[in-house]
Amino acid sequence: MTQLAPHHPAVSPGLWTLAWRRLRADRVAMAALAVVCLFLLSVVLAATGLVAADWEDEVAVNYAPPTFVGPDPALAALAQPQRPVPLNTFDPLAGDLVQLRAQLQAQLARQGHAAHAAKLATLPFGADKWGHDVIRKTIKGGQTSIVVGLVAAFVAVALGTLFGALSGFYGGRVDDLFNWFYSVFTAIPSILMVLTVAAVLQTKGVLTIVLILGLTGWTGPYRLIRAEYIKHKAREYVLAADAIGASGWRKMFVHIFPNVSHVALVQMSILVVGFIKAEVILSFLGFGVPVGVVSWGSMLNEAQNELILGKWWQLTAAATAMALLVTAFSLFADALRDALDPKLK
Amino acid sequence: MFAYILRRLWQMLPTMAGVVVLVFVLFNWVGGDPSYLLAGKMADARAIANIRAQLGLDDPWYVQLGIFVKQIATFDFGNAWATGEPVSHIIQSRLGPSLTVLVPLTVLETTIGIALALAIAFVRGSLTDRLVMVACTVGMSISILVYIIVFQYGLAYKLGLFPVQGWGEHFTENLLRYATLPILIGLAVSLAPTLRLFRSFVLDEVGQDYVRTARAKGLPERRIVWVHVLRNAAIPIITYVMANLPALLIGAFLLERFFGIPGIGREVILAVERSDFPVIKAITVYVAFATMVFNLLADLMYQAVDPRVQLT
Repeated sequence: MTQLAPHHPAVSPGLWTLAWRRLRADRVAMAALAVVCLFLLSVVLAATGLVAADWEDEVAVNYAPPTFVGPDPALAALAQPQRPVPLNTFDPLAGDLVQLRAQLQAQLARQGHAAHAAKLATLPFGADKWGHDVIRKTIKGGQTSIVVGLVAAFVAVALGTLFGALSGFYGGRVDDLFNWFYSVFTAIPSILMVLTVAAVLQTKGVLTIVLILGLTGWTGPYRLIRAEYIKHKAREYVLAADAIGASGWRKMFVHIFPNVSHVALVQMSILVVGFIKAEVILSFLGFGVPVGVVSWGSMLNEAQNELILGKWWQLTAAATAMALLVTAFSLFADALRDALDPKLK
Repeated sequence: MFAYILRRLWQMLPTMAGVVVLVFVLFNWVGGDPSYLLAGKMADARAIANIRAQLGLDDPWYVQLGIFVKQIATFDFGNAWATGEPVSHIIQSRLGPSLTVLVPLTVLETTIGIALALAIAFVRGSLTDRLVMVACTVGMSISILVYIIVFQYGLAYKLGLFPVQGWGEHFTENLLRYATLPILIGLAVSLAPTLRLFRSFVLDEVGQDYVRTARAKGLPERRIVWVHVLRNAAIPIITYVMANLPALLIGAFLLERFFGIPGIGREVILAVERSDFPVIKAITVYVAFATMVFNLLADLMYQAVDPRVQLT
């Protein structure tokens, strides 16, 4: 007797498995993913305090140049203990000056400022105005910018998905209402919307930026998710769910959502890039993170004035880190879209 | 045609009303009480009550909304809180400098973008195409702030090729002297995304049957690209350019701020910094209206480009 066919039918790979296979085959995408993961790792390490927690230590002299440039002779003098200026013997106050100097030295020594001499003349990638290590500062700044980008994109996609699901699934009046919302929000250019909301919300803070970006950025995901729900709500599996008495919410989010979640994911990966850029601009203008929190935007703001003094390293560090992340994230988002929706090109 | 325009304008009304209500809600409920801002640090209760009465904040909400609608309709938003300059005058006088930068920028960006997109689309898949696309992605990843800071420092401050910032009295002086570097930077920033987008528009067309037919007829490639493909790719390009014009008015705010150009975008930033609500309210509402009108204009232009489009 011939052997029976195996009892289990061959399991056909699902959407996510197929997409992952396509993504794996794409070398650029994998390289981009590796870079993104590296940045995310640095965010996690910075957030838990394992890395760059001490970025505010003034470890070097002000504006210490990068090691490969070599110490700045004008600044290196600061790193040396100061040699007293020879006294002018004709100065009637010379005696007082000697006394004052001795007092000052004693006072500095008591306050532990003698450590001034121990400050480094150079750092691997230089120091800012206060002698903070630029590398650690860039990591800490990246933490702010990336977290804002990710959380804001999540808020925007969650809102867009909720609105899009309700609108597409129920149609009729509900659809009209959300379409009206959509047309109102898209009539105002997004950058103007962001600035307007920034003007209204007087409080500065990381949460404020997340809210500004999240509450104004839902329109893109909304449009696509709504179209997906309109397409899916008439499919047989939804009718079957209806037949067994599933509620509207259950059909929308348990049955349909897993089938449209790839759209949400792609939208989110696209929004993250835009929101990181937006956060940098907002923080640069001073509408973003509060004083005392470092982000790539606030670093660029400082770097703008430093550049005129010829101190280019903070600008280079923040700009390079951001360009690297955003390039990798955009390439990955493109590849993700291609992998999840092979019909699109 | 006339009926179409009328109907479209009629359909805009709910959206316009929505924009007005949204701005009203944002500034009257979400935002804090502006009278505390206006009264300054040494405010006493009398002064605040006085300001509240002046602003009409003690009136019921529908009266306040009515005042707001009347302000929009009559172009009279009163005076700016920070400077006392009439808001209508602010908008009028800032429009010129903005357009001096934006019109040349948009024209250059669109023409160069179309030319490059057509050139790139016809070598699609080649090494050149891939390199240009990678260069675009990298170019788009660098913050606009970095472009402005580096170019302003390098070209204007160090090399002295352009004035670092400033604005003059005469149009030609402004255009040729002060606006040149901002336009060049704007072009450097916007060309990469524009090229990527236009390339995808052109790519949607080059695979079509009519292109093969045109080739089969023996038409020269140049004619196929510049006449046949371009005309068909023009519709999404027009939509994109027209829909983005009003947004550009604000979008150039960084250029205006860095180069000291007294335009609309810089005015918005100043108003946000000073919590000058009347200015922001006025600009937001009018830019939103302009966006809607430009969308309509884009639809009207379709018919000029593509005789198959029937506007009914």
